[in-house]
Amino acid sequence: MDHTKLISDLIRVVGQGAVLYRPEELLVYEADGHTIDKAAPRAIVLPSSTEQVSQVLRYLHQTGIPFVPRGAGTGLSGGSLALENGVVVCTARMRRILEVDIPNLRAVVEPGVANIRLSQEVGHGYAYAPDPSSQAACSIGGNVAENSGGPHCLKHGFTTNHVLGVELVLPEGEVVMLGGKAEEYPGLDLRGFVIGSEGTLGVVTKVMVRLVRVPEAVKTLLAVFDTVDSATRTVSDIIAAGVIPSALEMMDHVVIQAVERSPVAAGYPLDAAAVLLIELDGPPEGFDWEMAQVREICQRHQAREVRVAKDDKERALLWRGRKHAIGAVGALATAFYTQDGVIPRKRLPELLALVADVAKRYQLTIGNVFHAGDGNLHPLIVYDANDGDAPRRVQQAGGEIMAACVAAGGSLSGEHGIGLEKREYMPLLFSGADLAAMAQARAAFNPDGRCNPGKVFPTSTGCGEVGAITKPGVLPAVA
Amino acid sequence: MAGQEQPRQAPGFDQLDPFNLRKAQSCIHCGLCLEHCPTYRETGNEAASPRGRIYLMRAVAGGRMGMTQAFVDQMYLCLDCRACESACPSGVPYGQLVEAARGQIERNRRRPWWQSRLRQLVYAQLLPSPALLALAFWPARFYLALARRWPVERLLPSRLRALSELLPREIGAPFWPAHYQQVPAQGQARRRLAFFSGCVMSFALPDVHRVTLQVLARAGCAVETPPEQTCCGALAVHAGERGIARALARRNIAVFEKLGVDQVVVNSAGCGAMLKEYGELLARDHQYAERAHRFAHQVKDVSEVLFELPRPPMRPLPVKVAYDEPCHLQHGQRISAQPKQLLQEVPGLELVKLPGADRCCGSAGIYNLTQPAMSQRLLAQKVQAVQDSGAQVVATGNPGCILQIRRGLRQAGSPIPVVHPVELLDQAQRGT
Ligand SMILES: Cc1cc2nc3c(=O)[nH]c(=O)nc-3n(C[C@H](O)[C@H](O)[C@H](O)COP(=O)(O)OP(=O)(O)OC[C@H]3O[C@@H](n4cnc5c(N)ncnc54)[C@H](O)[C@@H]3O)c2cc1C
Ligand code: SF4
Ligand code: SF4
Repeated sequence: MDHTKLISDLIRVVGQGAVLYRPEELLVYEADGHTIDKAAPRAIVLPSSTEQVSQVLRYLHQTGIPFVPRGAGTGLSGGSLALENGVVVCTARMRRILEVDIPNLRAVVEPGVANIRLSQEVGHGYAYAPDPSSQAACSIGGNVAENSGGPHCLKHGFTTNHVLGVELVLPEGEVVMLGGKAEEYPGLDLRGFVIGSEGTLGVVTKVMVRLVRVPEAVKTLLAVFDTVDSATRTVSDIIAAGVIPSALEMMDHVVIQAVERSPVAAGYPLDAAAVLLIELDGPPEGFDWEMAQVREICQRHQAREVRVAKDDKERALLWRGRKHAIGAVGALATAFYTQDGVIPRKRLPELLALVADVAKRYQLTIGNVFHAGDGNLHPLIVYDANDGDAPRRVQQAGGEIMAACVAAGGSLSGEHGIGLEKREYMPLLFSGADLAAMAQARAAFNPDGRCNPGKVFPTSTGCGEVGAITKPGVLPAVA
Repeated sequence: MAGQEQPRQAPGFDQLDPFNLRKAQSCIHCGLCLEHCPTYRETGNEAASPRGRIYLMRAVAGGRMGMTQAFVDQMYLCLDCRACESACPSGVPYGQLVEAARGQIERNRRRPWWQSRLRQLVYAQLLPSPALLALAFWPARFYLALARRWPVERLLPSRLRALSELLPREIGAPFWPAHYQQVPAQGQARRRLAFFSGCVMSFALPDVHRVTLQVLARAGCAVETPPEQTCCGALAVHAGERGIARALARRNIAVFEKLGVDQVVVNSAGCGAMLKEYGELLARDHQYAERAHRFAHQVKDVSEVLFELPRPPMRPLPVKVAYDEPCHLQHGQRISAQPKQLLQEVPGLELVKLPGADRCCGSAGIYNLTQPAMSQRLLAQKVQAVQDSGAQVVATGNPGCILQIRRGLRQAGSPIPVVHPVELLDQAQRGT
């Protein structure tokens, strides 16, 4: 289709300034938080309402043009990349909080609202619980699409546990409501189907979320260890003892270096092999017992130090480092690639040993920062963006780690999604019949596959070939 | 899309003042800065975000594209407010990057001759010269006298009108450094300092300078104001005129070195941020690099200095104040607690919550003149927030922000005055 006509037609729907098409603008949309793969769209549309989204999708349906929803573009699996030279439908202008209903503990937001803003605006001791580390920027719509988690999801649950309903614009332009403001709806749980569907079913245009009371009391501890092993054993033992911390996070030596060299330095000891950030919350009564348990277990595993945050300020400082750990790797290197495998907790020690071995064999630096309580690893491979060979090594190393997670009885992804980046690994986890069933379900919403094509499902070609899946951008590719 | 440039034919970056690609590469594309960026929040356009702008700079540095018009537009739509710097966990020095990119633009892209001439005139001649500034402010005063009586403002072309709206309605007599070369400490002398008075502020807000010297004297500072000093060069750097800024920096360094004081105090956040970056600006100047670093370390915002000194007695000042954070103080110099603490200590003074106090008001040097539309949108939000806050006074430590917010409130018909925090301290100390 004629490009100029496409642009002017889109402008007619959403207005001048809400369609981006200059080559420089297309360029900046060629990647998200995952930078190894790149694909530039042919245009970006910035609608301001459900109505506009619907009109845009209807138009794209009539003209047969593929599209991909995008929120803030902090995704770590290339989910918002426009393959097949599609159009990006970005929610960055849909950022209104439509309703906050504290008596009924719920709120209605547009998808472009940044996660943290919702809790900030709700205030008064209430909050939206899921807290991905990217919460300062990532959108609620993106969270829904990825079923995002965060440090506090160990006790409080993932996005799916906090979303009551979504308004979805189907790839042909129809607007549907799945779930709603009430706690429970009969019939098929299509709300649940959309959460975690990675933008392959349509564009989410409203989200009804549950609000929670901020816990009455919170204690945050930092436990410092001289070996990674003792840290991971501590994790298993804490859970085994029946304590459910609200967060149980681990950072290893490499990540501590990144954090402490960056502006978000949190005072983690530079010579530690690993630190655990442990948080307990709830009514103050049960606390003393839990605290005593946690301390005792840390000591049993030779924790060198157990630091308890004295006040909110110290607590915020301890968390600052963890929350920004991935973002701080720029202090160590010029590019990163993070894995997201999930494993049974008690296999943590052997998996971390494997990660260390992979790092050595591929001559890469790999740090570990992860939701230890969930067994959700984030091996953080840092490398030099100027090293042309690095992406190949990085992806091969990542592939080995993923395969090991699955072999250990785990899964490919805990919260970052499959997207483009992990799609070729899906057969490790699912049979052909499993995948076909998923594809059929997707087709009920997205019959011609124009909505976010090329994601989640493997292509017929081999496994994780670098560069094979990405298209050259509008501009010549130079590192 | 007619007349669009071919991305690669536009000029690339030169090596005269090399763009620091390594620093740009410390951006790992995480996106955590996005929501902090006013131009991204307003447009939703990633190319108008810190991450997008850095991506574009890297594309030019790597030869993927040249400095096209779209590139230039984004570099100048940026406020250089540096909110993204405070937000960035990787410590990307965004301000330095965008300023370097603007330098590249100005060296390598041709502007119409009259624009180049005007830039030279303003940045190299007018701002550094008190005499010329005085001359320029003379008709301004005359004009204001007129404007107080007749609606002449409406007759001006839009750019000039914007400039006129920024002028304070009443301007005191200019601040001539020569008249304040030595201001002795009151009571016991605790410190000897030099005062940086800059350029436009001596004419647009001369009383803030006088009050600053008073407040410093009461805190026990003997203050010298060298008349040979000149404009800090911030406006030139923001406009990509780095050569001019370097010349000004060398002169200031030489002038202040001669005084042999430990600290140079400044009451304009924008100037302070610039002076503190002289080390960076002159890093490749063998004669000056080290001296520039030493000088930069001596520079202190007036709130930093006052915060460290014992407070003189104060009488109650029962007023509700909204403190607005100047970008070049909170992001450029990471100063936020001190001015608020100083105000809080004034008996009777109540600091009210100002939502969005950390957000740019759209002043940003001369951004309000070069990008009036975006500037107005940000200003409107600020004015609304001030009016909703219940404040009776706004305090902010940067001349550009003072003039900008004053203008916004005036346009909205609000009588809320906007002052520099030292003015409130002075009032409490004098008890009037
Ligand atoms: C530093 C850093 C830390 C992170 N920490 C965490 C973490 O702790 N936990 C975690 O779970 N994730 C984390 N992430 C990953 C990422 O932030 C989340 O996946 C987030 O939910 C993505 O939101 P987004 O708005 O950026 O979405 P995008 O990246 O724009 O899109 C992600 C996917 O969602 C789809 N999508 C976006 N909006 C919509 C919509 N309105 N309707 C339908 N589909 C849509 C897109 O098509 C795409 O497939 C982190 C990322 C970074 C960079
Ligand atoms: S500037 Fe900093 S915060 Fe923004 S994308 Fe780059 S690394 Fe992340
Ligand atoms: S300096 Fe301000 S306007 Fe410019 S990119 Fe950073 S946050 Fe945005």
